[in-house]
Amino acid sequence: MTAVKTKRKAKKKTKQWNPNIVVFACNWCSYAGADTAGVSRIQHQPHFRMIRVMCSGRIQPGFVLKAFEKGADGVLVSGCHIGDCHYIFGNERALEQFEKTKNMVRLLGLEEGRLRLEWISAAEGARFAQVINEFTDQVRELGPSPLATGNRKH
Amino acid sequence: MKTTPTLELAEIAEKAKAWACYDCGKCTATCPIARAGGALSPRRQVLATNLGHRENIVNNSSLFACLTCGLCSARCPVGVVYGKLILNLRQIAYHDGIEPECPHGGALQSMMRMMAKGKTKQDRLNWLTGDLKVHQKKGELFYWTGCTMYYDAFFPEFQITALDGTRSAIRVLNRLGITPVVSPDERCCGHDLLWNGDRENFELLAKHNVKLVEASGAQTLVVSCAECLRTWKLDYQPFFEGSPPKIMHITEFVAEHLDDLKFKANEEHTVTYQDPCRLGRHLGIFDPPRAVMDALPDVNLVEMPHSRKNSICCAGSTWSNCDRYAKHIQVDRLREAKATGAEFLVTACPKCQIHFACAMKDPNLHEEIEIPMRDIATLVAETLAD
Repeated sequence: MTAVKTKRKAKKKTKQWNPNIVVFACNWCSYAGADTAGVSRIQHQPHFRMIRVMCSGRIQPGFVLKAFEKGADGVLVSGCHIGDCHYIFGNERALEQFEKTKNMVRLLGLEEGRLRLEWISAAEGARFAQVINEFTDQVRELGPSPLATGNRKH
Repeated sequence: MKTTPTLELAEIAEKAKAWACYDCGKCTATCPIARAGGALSPRRQVLATNLGHRENIVNNSSLFACLTCGLCSARCPVGVVYGKLILNLRQIAYHDGIEPECPHGGALQSMMRMMAKGKTKQDRLNWLTGDLKVHQKKGELFYWTGCTMYYDAFFPEFQITALDGTRSAIRVLNRLGITPVVSPDERCCGHDLLWNGDRENFELLAKHNVKLVEASGAQTLVVSCAECLRTWKLDYQPFFEGSPPKIMHITEFVAEHLDDLKFKANEEHTVTYQDPCRLGRHLGIFDPPRAVMDALPDVNLVEMPHSRKNSICCAGSTWSNCDRYAKHIQVDRLREAKATGAEFLVTACPKCQIHFACAMKDPNLHEEIEIPMRDIATLVAETLAD
């Protein structure tokens, strides 16, 4: 009995905290990249919600800041590699917007590690999984966002 | 969320003296939005409030079209306080879940709400240069920076540096022998949230900011931004526990201390002055900025045809209305400024600068409306004798 109890306690202690991450992905590359990861059955951590947009150029600071305001622990912005944009230069706009977002996030006092920009093509399923794993671990290391609301399920 | 009780229409009508309205329509005739072709009729809104037609007001898109510039109230022969009316009506709308369509994807509103939550340590003083002397906690005079550092980070494409005005104000205060308190814990004043109808988050910000200034022991609070000043002078009053400090705009403060400042005469400049709606019509501060410019030996002020009480707003006061009517108003105003032959358009509010800079980006009108802008504090700091 005692042994079981200690075992349970130990289990509780080592239970990992899992972040809530928002991933913005463009329709043509990154979202398809995630699909590739899925179809190829590449395992990765599942603690993110994906929001698909037609182009990464659409992802303006307002989107990212809203995610943080509502308590996201991390935000990943992703799009086609530079030069590969379906709309020719949308990801260049995304880069400009991301710079602004980064500056705002720094001013607001959130850790810079909670925000990341990655270019992931439709073929890079393995890379998608790797980026998600890395980013999830990085945010987990930082702990819950100071703005997190606490009403999370896991 | 959204639990702050809202007033009934009859109470709002009474507070804003809407009962006095006799339907003359001067408000609508003078409204800059209506003149530019927008579907805003202050007269109809006053009427609907008096008649208690809640649905007509709250679900009407024109509720958030108002610039809250106060020109209608300035013209109203019976003194209906339209600003108070619209403020309370928007609170009802917010309570019902209706929010304005925020430009910039609501980024600035998110920023304000994050500050209202206030669980992070902001990095808001990284612009302080070594020559600026400031205290961080306690002192006689508190200098309220406003959110200029955020605007500079958010609008790099306009190449305006709102922070220049902030730094200049501190430079002028230093020259007067004052080391102001500039706090890293300052938060947004909540002006925009209040005027968007979000009273709840406004109150969180108000309580924090009032506490911060009270804890600093400052007797005087000097503010650069016209919107922050309005909020401090009028909307923060119920939140003070003790007696509030003396709250002044930087131009009021400089105007009082003109004798202690020595100016050098540079090359002569002709400038024109944009009265920010918050500073002018809301608070009646028309003369101090002009007194300051008068005292500068190298500045020659020419007024625009619409100045002082008749001044035209920069058409974007609360980050909640930006449309073609706003653009129309801005372009007209810039043409007016340009027609004076002035070299600079001087403002006393960072937001006026941002909105005009945005209008100037128009590739078709570029040369027609382009005029360099200066913050009034920068103008003073540049003319200080060594």
